[in-house]
Amino acid sequence: MPDVAQQAQGFEIVAREDFSEATYLLEVRHPMMARAARPGQFAIVMQSEHGERIPLTLADFDAAKGTVTFVIQAVGKTTREMQRDCRVGTRLYAVVGPMGIPSELGRARKVVCVGGGLGVAPVFPQARACKQAGAYVIGVVGFRSKELMFWEDKFRAVCDELIVCTDDGSAGIKGLVTAGIAQALAKHADIDEVIAIGPPVMMKGCAEATRERGIRTMVSLNPVMVDGTGMCGGCRVKVGDAVKFACVDGPDFDGHQVDFDDLTSRLGRFKATEREALERWQESCRMPGRGEA
Amino acid sequence: MAAAKKKKTIRTIPQARTPMREQDPLARARNFEEVTLGYSREEALVEAERCLMCADQPCVRGCPVSIDIPGFILKVSEKNFHGAYDVITDTNLLASVCGRVCPQESQCEGVCTVGESLEPVAIGRLERFVGDMAIREGWANVPYIEPAGLRVGIVGSGPAGMACAADMAKAGCEVVVYEAFHTPGGVLKYGIPDFRLPNSVVDVEIDKLAKLGIRFECNTLVGRLFTVEQMVTEMGFHAVFIGTGAGYPSFMGIPGESLNGVLSANELLTRCNLMRARDFPAYDTPLAPGKRVAVIGAGNTAMDAMRVSLRLGAEKVLCLYRRTRAEAPARAEEIHHAGEEGVEFHWLTSPVEILGDALKRVRAIRCIKMELGEPDASGRRRPVPVAGSEFEIEADSVVYAIGTNANPILGQTSKLALDKRGYIATDGNLATSIPGVFAGGDIVTGAATVIQAMGAGRKAARGMKAWLGLRDTESIYEEADAAAVPGAFGIPAQERNHARVRIA
Repeated sequence: MPDVAQQAQGFEIVAREDFSEATYLLEVRHPMMARAARPGQFAIVMQSEHGERIPLTLADFDAAKGTVTFVIQAVGKTTREMQRDCRVGTRLYAVVGPMGIPSELGRARKVVCVGGGLGVAPVFPQARACKQAGAYVIGVVGFRSKELMFWEDKFRAVCDELIVCTDDGSAGIKGLVTAGIAQALAKHADIDEVIAIGPPVMMKGCAEATRERGIRTMVSLNPVMVDGTGMCGGCRVKVGDAVKFACVDGPDFDGHQVDFDDLTSRLGRFKATEREALERWQESCRMPGRGEA
Repeated sequence: MAAAKKKKTIRTIPQARTPMREQDPLARARNFEEVTLGYSREEALVEAERCLMCADQPCVRGCPVSIDIPGFILKVSEKNFHGAYDVITDTNLLASVCGRVCPQESQCEGVCTVGESLEPVAIGRLERFVGDMAIREGWANVPYIEPAGLRVGIVGSGPAGMACAADMAKAGCEVVVYEAFHTPGGVLKYGIPDFRLPNSVVDVEIDKLAKLGIRFECNTLVGRLFTVEQMVTEMGFHAVFIGTGAGYPSFMGIPGESLNGVLSANELLTRCNLMRARDFPAYDTPLAPGKRVAVIGAGNTAMDAMRVSLRLGAEKVLCLYRRTRAEAPARAEEIHHAGEEGVEFHWLTSPVEILGDALKRVRAIRCIKMELGEPDASGRRRPVPVAGSEFEIEADSVVYAIGTNANPILGQTSKLALDKRGYIATDGNLATSIPGVFAGGDIVTGAATVIQAMGAGRKAARGMKAWLGLRDTESIYEEADAAAVPGAFGIPAQERNHARVRIA
């Protein structure tokens, strides 16, 4: 593969799909990463030379096509700018990965894969890998409403059961993913693992839902980081009595051990600067009537 | 040898070391321009006169890469600056970098003969003068390279990797350097701030390596994108050098370390230097600099973190160190510069807890006074807490600069043997447990200096050349060695061509 030439000009976006006002998918050509990637790993992306390095969990990878897929929510300046500018045929300045320790899969016989909101995308490779390893896979995916749903078909293809949860009840059961977990736990007495990916508050809820029965519950943490290679320590998280770096010691950790309050507070480290960046950017490009929801 | 000039003696040379012009401390503490301005041609000529050209040449032995120091200084005093550059580049391609960041006082200048009675010759400043002139004049010494038909992969584009890459390229190998960041240079880019070593200087030096035919591939995390084992098997590299640095920053494990406003010096420096958070919002990376910054540690990284904090607008920057100034690991010059710029030093002070406010932001740091007790394993007197001496210092940011641990990625992803601290284990030639794979720099020794890493890169290159059966062009003139190791069949040992055996 002519990786050098490709890199000199950045990493080409070969597909884009918009799931909603705020959520979009980018498929990027990177044959080497597509071959190397395993479920649970992430990559760091820079849109431009002046951009910041943002960690994104791999939502999919296809060695045959030579592509990796990210599902991104436009929340801050960088992700909104990417939403505006990343089109098929344009290039990302930097994409590095796969990073982190791949998820330990294949031991569980019956597994619940839980994705909340944006976490729905990165839990997909885990569900697929569990299925390929011969496990009975129960998918639990949660969205605010039916309009925000995506990848139901992809999940149906790899899950033995799929429980859809929406906050407003417009699809599936009404309630949070924890309601879906409760339903799965009630029906199956022999679940031996839960994999939960989503916002910290949701992963915390999932870990609490399984704590009593002592079911192994793995969560994927995505704290603030710079390099992603263990060098800056910005992504340190409290797991049990230890401090771990999510980038090289994770990103998967035992959800029953993770201090989610600490994670949530540390995710707000740069809130003021991030707000300033977003406001400044919105002013400068005068986005008419967007992002009001 | 030089033309027989009038012999210099300690009495005839200029007595005082030529000072280097610097930016005014208060002005420079608010900008990222270089602190020291370098010698002019006249200043360099005066300083070059101070070298006695002594026969003993302790400076050459004091240099980790053995630059022919009297040789290049002689060329400077003859006003043959290109010649001086040629002498330096025989052993060191990065004159402008090393002239700036080497701890000369503990290397070449520390053993300088002149230094026995006067201040030593300012070797580092002269090296920088020559290197900077080469950049200005566009000199690049590209030697004639005979292709050897061998491929060498280098993991990490910092000083160790650059030095090894240069030597292997000169030996005719096709060299590819892999870097995980989006731009090459390693610690020279992300760590050392621009006011000590401008990134533009690093870029020029990297361009010189590119002119030797070295290819840099960024955005490549070796271990995860492909493994070291894959490099020597399916990717077709005949040898690999690992120079990934140490990385993984240490914290103390005291309460309050996860408060917002607590960060490692690595993070502060990377955000500011490499990601250019200092130019926010023109660059997107956030930093949230503190107004009252407490930096823990007193090494060179701590000094960089403090001086960066001042430049980012801190009103007060404090250095907390549990021993005294005499034990501080930073270069004397760095401590001096930091003090001049307004850093407040608190010696014999050790943090015990970081205190936060309701929003989990740093509010203060509680410390305890220390006193020096018996010497410890490092030979330095061990600091002992003084009972009942706890006190609080107001701060909104706490930066840890107390060293680093080994980066775990290559240990996780390869069968490389590690030592008990997690660093890569090597033999005397810097060969690792995997045949054909060498390692050097911080990932072998733990945190050290730029020039020590470069020295390790060059040493590994020598080991690699021997392993690949390439003649080591440097050692051919080292007659003493050749005599010590008698060659077989009348062929000098260094000229022996090894048959290369691949172990699958």
